[in-house]
Amino acid sequence: MTAPLLQIRDVVRRFGVRRGVFAPRRTLTAVAGVSLDLPRGEVLGLVGESGCGKSTLARIVLGLDKPTEGEVLIDGRPVASLHRLERSRLVQPVFQDPYSSLNPRRSVEAIIGQPLLVHGEGTPAERRDRVAEMLGLVGLGPRHAAAYPSQLSGGQRQRVAIARALILRPALVVCDEPTSALDVSVQAQILNLLMELRARLGLSYLFISHNLAVVQLVASRVAVMYLGRVVEEGDPETVLRTPAHPYTRALLASVLQPRPGRGLPDPQLAGSFPNPLEPPSGCAFHPRCPLAVPRCAAERPGLDPATGEHRAACHFAALAET
Amino acid sequence: MRQALLDVRRLSVRIPVEAGTLHAVRDASLAIGRGETLCVVGESGCGKSLTSLAIMGLLPPGAVRSAELLSFDGEDLLRAPRSRMRALRGNRMAMIFQEPMTSLNPAWTIGEQLAEPFLHHGKGDRRQARDRAVELLERVGITAAASRLVQYPHELSGGLRQRVMIAMALMCGPELLLADEPTTALDVTIQAEILRLLARLQREMGLALLLVTHDLGVVAAVATRVAVMYAGEVVEEGPAEAVFGAPRHPYTQGLLRCIPIPGETPRGQPLGTIPGSVPSLVGGFESCAFRDRCPHARAACAEPVAERMDAAGHRWRCILEPSG
Repeated sequence: MTAPLLQIRDVVRRFGVRRGVFAPRRTLTAVAGVSLDLPRGEVLGLVGESGCGKSTLARIVLGLDKPTEGEVLIDGRPVASLHRLERSRLVQPVFQDPYSSLNPRRSVEAIIGQPLLVHGEGTPAERRDRVAEMLGLVGLGPRHAAAYPSQLSGGQRQRVAIARALILRPALVVCDEPTSALDVSVQAQILNLLMELRARLGLSYLFISHNLAVVQLVASRVAVMYLGRVVEEGDPETVLRTPAHPYTRALLASVLQPRPGRGLPDPQLAGSFPNPLEPPSGCAFHPRCPLAVPRCAAERPGLDPATGEHRAACHFAALAET
Repeated sequence: MRQALLDVRRLSVRIPVEAGTLHAVRDASLAIGRGETLCVVGESGCGKSLTSLAIMGLLPPGAVRSAELLSFDGEDLLRAPRSRMRALRGNRMAMIFQEPMTSLNPAWTIGEQLAEPFLHHGKGDRRQARDRAVELLERVGITAAASRLVQYPHELSGGLRQRVMIAMALMCGPELLLADEPTTALDVTIQAEILRLLARLQREMGLALLLVTHDLGVVAAVATRVAVMYAGEVVEEGPAEAVFGAPRHPYTQGLLRCIPIPGETPRGQPLGTIPGSVPSLVGGFESCAFRDRCPHARAACAEPVAERMDAAGHRWRCILEPSG
């Protein structure tokens, strides 16, 4: 058995925050101990709402931020201690907003070819060929090479961002909400492209999204995060058919489907997202949970296997399974 | 014929640009009755937001509005002077925007902002404004409402801010509420709560609700009627069950195929897509604007497309015979 391509080991990330000049310094725990594996060639979907820590985790995997505790290994190598040139051959990002992630003053060719230039790869002519090849791969044509981002549509810009991420042939691509800023018809095109490229180039994705419908479509494993912790993990079919954590159930109930007559879902969540500076005791979800009992406020449930590969951090996970 | 509170016929919005005239909204016709929810759905640049701004008389400078009819409760808004529009806006017709952080004034307390339209429209004095504000904040599900009045927008979460926006729109007891992407900036669980709130308030107050969104899931959950816009035109409009159950326009059909549904859309297989991209709206069209992307396009699609309507009031702009 080969080691997983990406190993996230007990990662914790704390930030010191200060509200106002004389306010005391306080600690915000954005990621509170996450362990996840991504086998080579697979897609790990990470789902959660704003503030759950999914983007902080993505930045740590990309090496843009360092964990306070724990480590991230890609291909067995610790990301935090790699030189950025080495790191950029292993892992590359595709971000949400193709309007702010591309330099408006550089042509598409220069943007996509930049990583090659930084790594000193090839002659100018070879680099141009590689860029042309990448353009074809992401469904753009040679006529787009000289264009500037402002001349492209949102979907075309996201294709440029994908081409730039793939030109160094990284093993892992971190997609942070790659289609959230796009229209539905364009979202479908970009999702199809990402799936096609994964199969063709043997890529692995850490795929972050708030949209469960999108994640279940592309992911081979899915992890649901709440307030810095993974609360449920498993294969998408199982997690979506028999969600073991009440938060996953609420998220699933909130997905609005394009079918009239179903009315509005009631996710049955009390209150609102807790203040991450003062996380609730015990299970962080207990103040909003329809199943909560006193034990939930006192004792934090571990991420125990419910059935085999399906894990959920809930005292009632086993109950939900049956 | 039902009595429409808002009746819009052949509304157009033209914006002069360097290269000519941008025909942002073309001949859009819509009507909403009291107690109805009309959802205007479409992708970026289809003219859905400009349509709602044109109704409110809030178009950006330079944009030109024209229409055959634009009436609110029988009153002609096309010829209404600015002072009359100001008297109606925020009073009998109110609007909620997408991003509550940019539409709330950061330097004013919640209480001051809630009271402003109430006092402006002469609905009562400060004490009454305060009572009304507390009542509405409670009604939109904000706890400790009285203590919120002295807070500033930055002290509230996104979901709370959107509730404050809704409460503010309701201060003068409007009959028509226009909501432009009211839940797009929110998390999914909060989105469901805000939509439930809007639906409940609408029922209780008999509001006519015009909801602009790009999200067909939102539309399916709340709409009585749906208008699908593409390239500035209403290409299909009708009762929600008809538009979702038997979409007549190939654009609507394509849009519905693009959306993954958990547990139904097969994994590992490509989603349906609409090839190509939206045409430029500079210069306008004679033909069907969708024909370059349409799988059923034929020579006749180059001619102007007349609107068709069936017995159930389902309208669409396409020459294809409905199949089945």
